[in-house]
Amino acid sequence: MSRLRIITQNQAQKTVENLYEQLEQRITASPPGLCPVDMAASFLKISHAQSCGKCVPCRIGLGQLQCMMEDILDGRGTEDTLDLLEKTASAIFYSADCAIGYEAARMVLEGMAGFRDDYESHIQKGRCICELNQPVPCVSQCPAGVDVPGYIALVGAKRYEDAVRLIRKDNPMPAVCGLICEHPCENRCRRNMMDSSVNIRGLKRFAVEHAGEVPVPKPAEATGRKIAVIGGGPGGVSAAYYLALMGHSVTIFEQRKQLGGMLRYGIPSYRLPREVLDEELKVLLSVGIEVKYSSKIGQDIKINELEDEYDAVYIAIGAQTDRKVEMEGENAPNVVSAVELLRRIGDETYPDFTGKRIAVIGGGNVAMDVARSSIRFGASEVAVLYRRRRVDMTAQKEEVDGAEAEGCEIMDLMAPVKIALDEDGLANGVWVKPQITGRIKEGRPIPCPSMQQEMMIPCDLVIVAIGQGIESKDFEAHGIPVKRGGAIEALDMSGVKNLPSFFAGGDCVTGPATVIRAIAAGKVAAANIDEFLGYHHIIRTEVEVPQARIANRPTCGRITMKERINTQRVKDFKLIEIGMTQEEAQQESSRCLRCDHFGFGVLKGGRSKKW
Amino acid sequence: MVKLWIDGQKVEVKENTTILNAAKAAGITIPTLCYLESLNEIGACRICLVEIKGCNKLMAACNTPVDEGMEIYTNSPKVRQTRKINLELILSQHDCRCASCVRSGNCSLQRIANDLGIVETRFPEHIVNKKWEQDFPLIRNNAKCIKCMRCVQICEKVQSMNIWDVANTGSRTTVDVSENKRITESDCTLCGQCITHCPVGALRERDDTDIVFDALADKEKITVVQIAPAVRAAWGESLGLTRDEATVKRLVAALRKMGFDYIFDTNFSADLTIMEEGSEFLEKLSHKETEVFPMFTSCCPGWVRFLKSQYPDMVGQLSTAKSPQQMFGAVTKTYYAKLLGVKPDKIFCMSVMPCLAKKAECAMEDINDANAGRDVDISITTREADRMIREEHINPALLTEEEFDTPLGVGSGAGVIFGATGGVMEAALRSAYYLVMKENPSPDAFSKVRGLQGWKEAEFDLGGTRLRIAVVSGLKNARRLIKAMRRCEVQYDFVEVMACPGGCSGGGGQPIHDGEELAGIRGSVLYGLDKSSDIRFSHENPSVIKCYEDFLDAPLSHKAHDLLHTCHFKG
Repeated sequence: MSRLRIITQNQAQKTVENLYEQLEQRITASPPGLCPVDMAASFLKISHAQSCGKCVPCRIGLGQLQCMMEDILDGRGTEDTLDLLEKTASAIFYSADCAIGYEAARMVLEGMAGFRDDYESHIQKGRCICELNQPVPCVSQCPAGVDVPGYIALVGAKRYEDAVRLIRKDNPMPAVCGLICEHPCENRCRRNMMDSSVNIRGLKRFAVEHAGEVPVPKPAEATGRKIAVIGGGPGGVSAAYYLALMGHSVTIFEQRKQLGGMLRYGIPSYRLPREVLDEELKVLLSVGIEVKYSSKIGQDIKINELEDEYDAVYIAIGAQTDRKVEMEGENAPNVVSAVELLRRIGDETYPDFTGKRIAVIGGGNVAMDVARSSIRFGASEVAVLYRRRRVDMTAQKEEVDGAEAEGCEIMDLMAPVKIALDEDGLANGVWVKPQITGRIKEGRPIPCPSMQQEMMIPCDLVIVAIGQGIESKDFEAHGIPVKRGGAIEALDMSGVKNLPSFFAGGDCVTGPATVIRAIAAGKVAAANIDEFLGYHHIIRTEVEVPQARIANRPTCGRITMKERINTQRVKDFKLIEIGMTQEEAQQESSRCLRCDHFGFGVLKGGRSKKW
Repeated sequence: MVKLWIDGQKVEVKENTTILNAAKAAGITIPTLCYLESLNEIGACRICLVEIKGCNKLMAACNTPVDEGMEIYTNSPKVRQTRKINLELILSQHDCRCASCVRSGNCSLQRIANDLGIVETRFPEHIVNKKWEQDFPLIRNNAKCIKCMRCVQICEKVQSMNIWDVANTGSRTTVDVSENKRITESDCTLCGQCITHCPVGALRERDDTDIVFDALADKEKITVVQIAPAVRAAWGESLGLTRDEATVKRLVAALRKMGFDYIFDTNFSADLTIMEEGSEFLEKLSHKETEVFPMFTSCCPGWVRFLKSQYPDMVGQLSTAKSPQQMFGAVTKTYYAKLLGVKPDKIFCMSVMPCLAKKAECAMEDINDANAGRDVDISITTREADRMIREEHINPALLTEEEFDTPLGVGSGAGVIFGATGGVMEAALRSAYYLVMKENPSPDAFSKVRGLQGWKEAEFDLGGTRLRIAVVSGLKNARRLIKAMRRCEVQYDFVEVMACPGGCSGGGGQPIHDGEELAGIRGSVLYGLDKSSDIRFSHENPSVIKCYEDFLDAPLSHKAHDLLHTCHFKG
């Protein structure tokens, strides 16, 4: 008799494991706008099936919760049902023996707190308050609402110029976004239900790179109205572009020597080559936009002068200032801010870090940008010091991986406490306190000081990359509402309360965010400034999107972007990422499931042809 | 051109033609249910599925374009089986008690189920009932709704009202009033287009026939009925009559057989409307500097409801003249009561209208001026009138034509064209010309405003005054026109608006023919009646002339104002 045997999965178990994976993917692809009570009830059903059945609260209670939720969903629920649901869920949470029970109950309680009004609506009106407004997942996830299935189909049809035109209707910077957009469009791609999301950003890049020069449309008849745009970043330029297309006379006031904002003064050219940015800006300006360089509003030009001279003002000043770490030794001359360093790089003043050891404080994209730039400036060692875990970094995963691949040391769970100075007052290291990851707050675990000793990371230069601030004092003095922390308070239509001719958007309103959010804010502002001035100019394109055809869609892996090899790319600032080949782009575009046509898109109109 | 094979038959069609239309061109029928041409091609019911060689999924014929060399099978075993399952799934959530359904015999679901030979369903029934305000003139029965979304589409794309929307998600997805409102809180204009485009009995008018039968049975009541112009062009359709048989005189005979005491014609009060509205317009024209133009017609209650909710600041531009239905009621319970020598509250005044909004119009409190309860006690649709005829076991084909009663049964050709888009405008222009020039124009002088286009415009010279007029039908067109007007892109003096596409002929209370739009054909019946009419001018209607002489005095007189005009800001 054998005492032990090797455990192997039987066929049923293997299949179920496979189905679990597919379910995960399916949940990833959940379109926004679904009834949260229905979803919660469905999760509960899965949770209940996970129960071993030993304990009362889980075996029976989870079922009763489901019954009550179904009652509420079917219009049989009352306030009493809701009350009992809460009490029962609490009882299960307190009394279930294992996580299968109490975590299922916790999810119910979290839902009751998070979408209580939806529960109420089901009880009072017998229906859900949620609506599937934009049925195409990628379009709904794109802040600018770019017609993603449309341009993917155009890439498939090899109509690259039309693809660029179609994108520009909602996003005037396809070249920039083709390289550095965070592509929220891909998050809920329905293709996830089959295999994995379509590489949308890669296809956008392909379209731009193969379209050649695509001239901008002819602007509408001149209105004679003057608009000042403060800040020549992606948001300001986007607003200016659309306003100029509408026939208004637009002037951008840019405090620096060149346009681009964080695209130039924040993002290193190995991610976004300057030629690409310059070319895109040149095309957009060709619509007829005046730019005043090196003009700082509030200092060189007063805000009330602008107010007098222009019919409307769009504030798109971004989040340009550095933030201090507030620790001992911070003022040493060799402690620099990432913002400052990237700004110099933007104007093509490259420092020499040959042989230097660099310590970068921070865990966002900017931290990765300066770390990777430091490697290119010849640094011998680069350490990224971050107080949380690597997985908790706000930087995109590809950026962190890229930094590491290029030789940066990611030192996570290391909270900088002070900067060590030598006798000349120069920083020669950063003292860090090792951390232990702790309870979850707002989705991320809080780091707590561990029992390990503080240690010093020796270095020759400290770069602080812990976020950016907004320089809004002058605007505040002019009566524009500013929130604590300096962000300008703007309405969702981008107007400013009590000052009807002022509009604001982008990083200076939201705090540091993404390029596509800034572009979307510029688009919203352009539309509402136009309305404010008493017009209703329509932005549209004549591009016809190829009709969706038969739905034979075999599974197929996602084309991922290739990168130049490490040993070569660290030597220069040239673009790291390699674009798709024609063959890859064709295959990738054919993976698109055309949600603009199949499914809800055909009913609710997957396409807005104008705005 | 694209060449393909459908069921082995070679077909050649233009590029981007749908499989459905390609099949139709080849004489091959593919069953459809949710499909509504150019409005709802969403492939939701999955009944029009076809098999395409080389494609493992079945595709919806209604929204899949043909490709070169396609081999399509519309009735392969795979198609047949799948289509049947899908139909049975629909039936499992549809209240199939056809015997008590207003659409029985005229239901697309019933027809397809019969065509596909469904004799039993394999799925348990799961019917979801929802509450509805049963007093509202428009009734929705969730248990019958098959979620085809046609109502959502027609209300949005044709009427721009968005009263209906998809509600909920997942298994509970249904259609409901948009923005989480109740129907009574919504801006529903009661145009009824959702009803006439519903493939099943999920949407219908409030049935008021019992009220009418009660009145007929009440010996104390004098029952008076008016027949709207457009009703005569449609009433026979659902009773199996040919257009030649379905004359208004045969309808008169049927109603008389049913027991109505007096059968009159809304054409009479249409002529009266022209006298009042035309005079009002000329009066306005004579104060061009102080008046706001254009003046809008006010005879379509769907349109009036639209303006009140969508552009309340423009309500003052509506003609104050009541609609023909309401003028008729006011005259019946005053002038005619006097002629009969009875108290007005003895009279039960009813109307047969191609319309649901008329039910709401006659129920408005401030519309009544005869001091006898409602001026029009109840309004029923053409469909309800047809149902009453059937309920009375009347076979109208066997009836001999009978005349309207007098004097309120006399109408002109100008009155009868009220039932078609442009008709009110044309009738008004005929009489306005006379009032200004003191002579009649040729009756067809203003025929430019005829036709089914949604937005027509024309210019006429009226004694040296240039008149810019527009005629729109369909509320989306009305909205387009108003938007253009507000942007100062267009300017008019007089605008006719009808809520339903094609005017009352295509009204929401007319008989339903799934997949057919009959406003044009019915409209041409009305223009035919006008052409053959002895009287073609409202101002020549002898009953109208007499009514002014004996009772109302003159258009816009004090009495006419009291009885025939209303204030749209009330109610």
